[in-house]
Amino acid sequence: MSLKDYIAERKAIRTPLVMTHVVCGYPSFEDNMKELEIMNAHGVDFVELQFPFSEPSADGPLFVKANQESVDSGTTVAQCFDFMAEVTKRFDFKVLMMGYYNTCFKMGHDNFIKRLKEAGGCGYILPDLPIEEADELHALSKQADLTPVILMTPTNTDARLAQLGAASQDLVYCVARKGVTGSKTEMNQEVITFLERCRQATDVALGVGFGVSAKEDIDFIAEYGDIAIIGTAALKAWEVGREEGLHRFFESLGL
Amino acid sequence: MDLFDFKDGREGYYGQFGGSFLPEILTATVEELKACFHECKKDPSFWAEYEQLMHQYSGRPTPVTYLPNLSKQLGGAQIYVKREDLNHTGSHKINNVMGQGLICQRLGKKRVIAETGAGQHGFATATMAAKFGFDCKIYMGEVDVKRQRPNVFWMENLGAEVVAVQDGQRTLKDAINECMRDWVSNMADTHYVLGTACGPHPFPEMVSYFQSIIGMEANRQIKELTGGRLPDKVFACVGGGSNAMGIFQGFFDDDVELIGCEAGGLGPGLGKHAARLAYSDASVGVAQGFKTFFLQNDDGNMLETQSVAAGLDYIGINPIFAYLWEQGRVRFEAATNEEVRETLKLVMKTEGLIPALESTHAFAKAVEEAPKMGKDEIILINQSGRGDKDIFTVADALDDAHWREFIKEKAAQYES
Ligand SMILES: Cc1ncc(COP(=O)(O)O)c(C=O)c1O
Repeated sequence: MSLKDYIAERKAIRTPLVMTHVVCGYPSFEDNMKELEIMNAHGVDFVELQFPFSEPSADGPLFVKANQESVDSGTTVAQCFDFMAEVTKRFDFKVLMMGYYNTCFKMGHDNFIKRLKEAGGCGYILPDLPIEEADELHALSKQADLTPVILMTPTNTDARLAQLGAASQDLVYCVARKGVTGSKTEMNQEVITFLERCRQATDVALGVGFGVSAKEDIDFIAEYGDIAIIGTAALKAWEVGREEGLHRFFESLGL
Repeated sequence: MDLFDFKDGREGYYGQFGGSFLPEILTATVEELKACFHECKKDPSFWAEYEQLMHQYSGRPTPVTYLPNLSKQLGGAQIYVKREDLNHTGSHKINNVMGQGLICQRLGKKRVIAETGAGQHGFATATMAAKFGFDCKIYMGEVDVKRQRPNVFWMENLGAEVVAVQDGQRTLKDAINECMRDWVSNMADTHYVLGTACGPHPFPEMVSYFQSIIGMEANRQIKELTGGRLPDKVFACVGGGSNAMGIFQGFFDDDVELIGCEAGGLGPGLGKHAARLAYSDASVGVAQGFKTFFLQNDDGNMLETQSVAAGLDYIGINPIFAYLWEQGRVRFEAATNEEVRETLKLVMKTEGLIPALESTHAFAKAVEEAPKMGKDEIILINQSGRGDKDIFTVADALDDAHWREFIKEKAAQYES
């Protein structure tokens, strides 16, 4: 089934769709698996597996710490792909690789696409790879039927959003506010206007992320977007209360 | 040679190196910066305004000094030094910073942020911010804050807020990451004053442009001093590569050998130095917004770096140099910490100059090669900064008993 059909099918069950995030190897791969069990039990539709990088310059403090500790504990790219293969075998949700471009560049575009495909991933999110630099990778992705998830941001002009829309397929990642991952976003008129501009620029599903952490955010995204992307808030819940904390957090979101 | 007409390739690329790999949220900000910079670059009155500012505020042109004692002692080439240490704030960093201050004014922004390693760039930025009336925040790795306290002291007293960055290796690269995080939040009113010829386009071009004032002056001055001759070799230290780009640009079109001197730290071997090109431990990667040679592992994660000079302690190199190295136009060598300590002692005692530990890397390689050259040959060294900022590090390196005594007494005074 194509990703587009998958999104349509899941939408018929529940809106918005939900995408969550784990940083591979933080606190450990075993803990990652426990997190994913809970996410699965709460019916998430997508999971981003972040491959840790030593220079996570688009991330906020909690993810920076997670990236760093994972790298320091010796997590390798090979382990992340192995883990992804295990995850995609075990669960029905779709899995995206998330990370920084150097991880992909260093192993070579061909190899990256091949490994991602073999591990059962459906696409990738590389926030530091602008579309101008992505022609080759995007072409290879098309051949392999993998989806590059492009980011749209509130500082983009309409013309730029149209360019980003034209390069997108299946879904885009709408960054709800300026800044790095982590702090809360107030889902207000500004965000509505931004999401309307994104909607104008593309027909694909709108994922909305950065600061999504409460039931109101989910309801907001149900109205103005298609996929709620939950990052730091879930890791925070895990840090505070492990399995029980994460479970309660998803309950509090009404999931 | 015009590296910046991008005739044969994409804008912002030098061969396969450079580019702009930034989060989408910064696209508009960087476009605005690029447009403003290129407008300034086309406008001759802008350069005139810049030169005038540097003349009045920083004492430019800085002189070229002949070193007769050292030349004689080494018995080879005649050695000359371009004195960037005589700038206000004590290094070449001010050249770039004042230029970007003018750009920031044109952009109508009221706040500047900067990363700093040795603290020289942070010091220069804090100075510029005070003069232009900008709010200023300096990000500095915690390790560097500890080894460069005098510069931190000046930054704070010039009105800047200095943030000690606790992430990663807590050095320059981590300070750059923190600047990026600030910039993606505050780009509307904030200009990021990147301190070296690295990072995303247009920074390598823009920083090189302002630093080119070094090479323009030096080309003219060395001819004046030598009856119209050019140097045979020019040595400059290379952290990110801004002072070296500055002086080399004065000689690209001439038959002059250009030597970039990197931080050899403890010698070759992963994690023991910051030599990207002189040793063979680096490989091509994309990080901190651009593509170049980085000291990284097979997974693309960055390695630890090591150097006695905080300002050279960086994982990546200016993309223009990666290209010029591939082309064979610039040669790269590394000086170890030990060579640097010995050279510093030699230069202080023979000539009364106190180069910064960074700049001493260039002296070290020149001192090594000068004896093998003829007496009629000419060496030009870029003394990028002055060494008195390094007094704590140097005192330790020289194991100076009197200094240690003084610090102990001072500490006792504070405690009583
Ligand atoms: C005195 C001095 N020289 C050189 C450098 C290295 O930078 P670059 O290679 O950009 O000239 C620094 C950096 O802090 C410095 O303070």
